[in-house]
Amino acid sequence: MASDTLQSTSHTGWRAWLLTDTPASRMQARLGQLYLGWRTFRSNPLALIGFLIIVALVLMAIFAPLLAVHDPYAQNLDLRLRAPGEDGYWLGSDDLGRDIWSRIVHGAPITLQIVAIVAVTAPTIGLLVGTAAGYLGGWIDVVLMRITDIFLAFPRLVLALAFVAVLGAGIENAILAITLTAWPPYARIARAETLTIRRADFIAAIRLQGAGPIRIITGHIWPLCLSSIIIRVTLDMAGVILTAAGLGFLGLGAQPPLPEWGAMISAGRDFFLDSWWVATIPGLAIFIVSLGFNLLGDGLRDVLDPKRKSA
Amino acid sequence: MTDTTAAAGRRRTAPLVRRGAALLSTLGVIAVTMFGLIFVTFIIGRVMPVDPVLAVVGERASKEIYDRVYFEMGLDKSLVEQFWIYLTDVLTGNFGTSTLTARPVVEDIARVFPATLELATIGVIIGIVFGVPMGVTAAVYQGRWPDHVVRLFGLFGYSMPIFWLALMGLIIFYGNLDWVGAPTGRVDVFYQDIVPPVTGMILIDSAIAGDWTIFWNAVSHVVLPAAILGYYSLAYISRMTRSFMIEELSKEYVTTARVKGLSERAVIWRHAVGNVSVPLITVIALSYANLLEGSVLTETIFSWPGLGQYITNALLNADMAAVLGGTVVVGLTFVGLNMLSDVLYRVLDPRARS
Repeated sequence: MASDTLQSTSHTGWRAWLLTDTPASRMQARLGQLYLGWRTFRSNPLALIGFLIIVALVLMAIFAPLLAVHDPYAQNLDLRLRAPGEDGYWLGSDDLGRDIWSRIVHGAPITLQIVAIVAVTAPTIGLLVGTAAGYLGGWIDVVLMRITDIFLAFPRLVLALAFVAVLGAGIENAILAITLTAWPPYARIARAETLTIRRADFIAAIRLQGAGPIRIITGHIWPLCLSSIIIRVTLDMAGVILTAAGLGFLGLGAQPPLPEWGAMISAGRDFFLDSWWVATIPGLAIFIVSLGFNLLGDGLRDVLDPKRKSA
Repeated sequence: MTDTTAAAGRRRTAPLVRRGAALLSTLGVIAVTMFGLIFVTFIIGRVMPVDPVLAVVGERASKEIYDRVYFEMGLDKSLVEQFWIYLTDVLTGNFGTSTLTARPVVEDIARVFPATLELATIGVIIGIVFGVPMGVTAAVYQGRWPDHVVRLFGLFGYSMPIFWLALMGLIIFYGNLDWVGAPTGRVDVFYQDIVPPVTGMILIDSAIAGDWTIFWNAVSHVVLPAAILGYYSLAYISRMTRSFMIEELSKEYVTTARVKGLSERAVIWRHAVGNVSVPLITVIALSYANLLEGSVLTETIFSWPGLGQYITNALLNADMAAVLGGTVVVGLTFVGLNMLSDVLYRVLDPRARS
């Protein structure tokens, strides 16, 4: 009883510190903001599911060697195309007798690598282009935005296909091609955000204090663009995963024997009517992960975008 | 006094001038974008670190052959000159010759394009027929279970690899249930090339020829790929319809209509849906354009003899002229549909006109 009350008071004390109207330090205010965001986020079960899926993917990628029960590259031609559950293959084996579960597990780091690289590079390019165009204006704006429009004019997969066609097949080139096709929407968003804040008083105040355009853009405009960019990145990652899988499926992304999920579907295509699991299971993995990113992105939008919250 | 009349006069002429200027600037944007599209494909084809001569003659060609091809391809000229030649070629409809089919790329594309158009059109129709009512229902029941079902159904569509969904569809509806035709293209192998091509779309051509056996065979082949493209279109259309409708239903005229005693059905379907139909048309045009992209992978699975399969085949055989030609055509169609949606919006929505 006594310990119960004690705990609840300490609980409220901790919460009160976070939710105070008069934070004593910048860090307290930030943490309070984070806590409020987390509370909104937590109240959305679907977003939470998405978050858990992504956490599971990351854990799977980190602990891949422990989770895989077989060597993902070890062939066993005596045990080809075993159905799920047979001969110790939880999810069956493929046409070379490789364990599908182990290959899925080892495919997680590949997917994560693609997602991470694109999630860092594409928004960075977009942010550079968009804020420069928005802040500097004039002919720089016109030229940069026309270039952005031209890249937006291609369907993403078709442009990525053309890039990979000249660069050559392979996972690095697939990532490069996806990045080259993924940056334009970020440039658009960053420019729109910049246009709304570049005439703000606080920017004028910084300029009066002698800050140059580079300092203003990197120190004051970028942080304000971040929340819309983060939402877009999360929602975009599902598309990135699907494009990478599509390239892998066409044989233009990761090359065999790499256990990339799209390429694994492609390998199962030749006998999908008899051995359904070979193509089905990697596809399920792609579906679950991109669904996770979509759910998380929807949830983050509610947390980070105050404009939509009121609507 | 004179000031106000002058202002009134300006007000009368201004819309015309402004509309003219808007039209000119739209045309300018189209021209620049198309120019850029061609420029990007030029860069992809010529400047990237791949020797285009080697792609034609192969690794073991002698020096003389290599040099001859090098000059024939105009690679000794400056890049600006090369781009000029490429630009005029593309604008006059010359995309070069496909090394795979040994025919002009333009002829190939004209032959395969109707198949893609047929598939995408049926797909987008499915998307409209199911997507709009689903989006409206979700908006009306916002926050309740029909809304969650529609949103999740749409999110699933956004999250599935289209080629995987196609394989799953084939396993179930072809492998197990045998309801649809085999993935052999638009008709069974023994029916291929029988109907004389008029429009290039087999459903219409077989109907014109009066060959109903082939027509029904074609229907059994188109159902599954069209349904899969339709699902993607539906996911997008229902999501957009929902958000448009939620905004519309919160407006005051809707309350007025309800207060004056109109039935809920009339309020929703006649008033609200009527008002969102204009932005919806632009969404549908965009969705149509996106199906071109989805069709690349879908056509590969179903051996559908369309543009997507043409590009991927060309890719796998290093047929660069065909790849770039196909990319330009897809890009131009994409831009064209985007612009069309823009124009439609202006024509149909009186508010966007002024």
